[in-house]
Amino acid sequence: MMKNLTALLSGLIFGIGLIIAGMANPAIVLAFLDLSRPWNPSLAFVMVGAIAVAMLAFAWAKRRERSLLNLNISLPRANEIDRALLGGAALFGAGWGLAGICPGPAFVLLGTGATKGIYFFAAMIAGFALHAFLTRER
Amino acid sequence: MITIDWQHFTPYLSAAGGGLIGLAAAVLIVFNGRVAGVSGIAGGLFTPARGDVTWRLAFLMGLVIAPTLYGLARAMPAIQIEASTPALIIAGLLVGVGTRFGAGCTSGHGVCGLSRFSPRALVATLTFMAVGFAVASFLRHQFSI
Repeated sequence: MMKNLTALLSGLIFGIGLIIAGMANPAIVLAFLDLSRPWNPSLAFVMVGAIAVAMLAFAWAKRRERSLLNLNISLPRANEIDRALLGGAALFGAGWGLAGICPGPAFVLLGTGATKGIYFFAAMIAGFALHAFLTRER
Repeated sequence: MITIDWQHFTPYLSAAGGGLIGLAAAVLIVFNGRVAGVSGIAGGLFTPARGDVTWRLAFLMGLVIAPTLYGLARAMPAIQIEASTPALIIAGLLVGVGTRFGAGCTSGHGVCGLSRFSPRALVATLTFMAVGFAVASFLRHQFSI
């Protein structure tokens, strides 16, 4: 129960952070990614702010095996740089550059009720499902 | 030559929003022991495991109700979606499939991965940033979709 509350709290803070940072507005994201027009570098500072805070938490987590709610701390173990990582990241970058929307903001946009945001969201969920289908265990 | 759009430059606001995103990632790793990667949390729902579903839905619900909560305190900033509907559908599919095969998105690789100094996350982040810049700056205008 408690873990669902902390997850909800995390999602809420995350979403409000995205809105304040400007990342929930696809036009601001495209103004950052599009170098062919006057460039707005603001979003580079989102990464700086986020990493400055998260770094402390991950430094703490690396030294522990259980979380404060006594749950297993599961950090990614994969470290190989393979075709799936590069190809996947490239496809993601293409979609991000086309629409200016990545997964976090897609959920926030859904919450604003913006109609065009719903099209993107539905297609993204279809993409998740397609991946699950292609990689299913037989 | 790149000209900076100083009029819309908001470094402090963006850094503050980023700080909140970092705080959200901190809450999830410190209490739940999980990485706040949105594509991983959402995509994991397609291979559900016992006791591993509700927290994912709760986190995603938090993202969805964030604009409503924000709206209680102050007016939501404008949302402008420039891309056409067909472009949005293509982009959504690419983002969905790409983040799952690439095992992360802006949050999982870009924020959490870089925060724990993962070389794999750095390579992924540089890749999606480079392609994102290229598509937004050039390809997008070529096809005008």
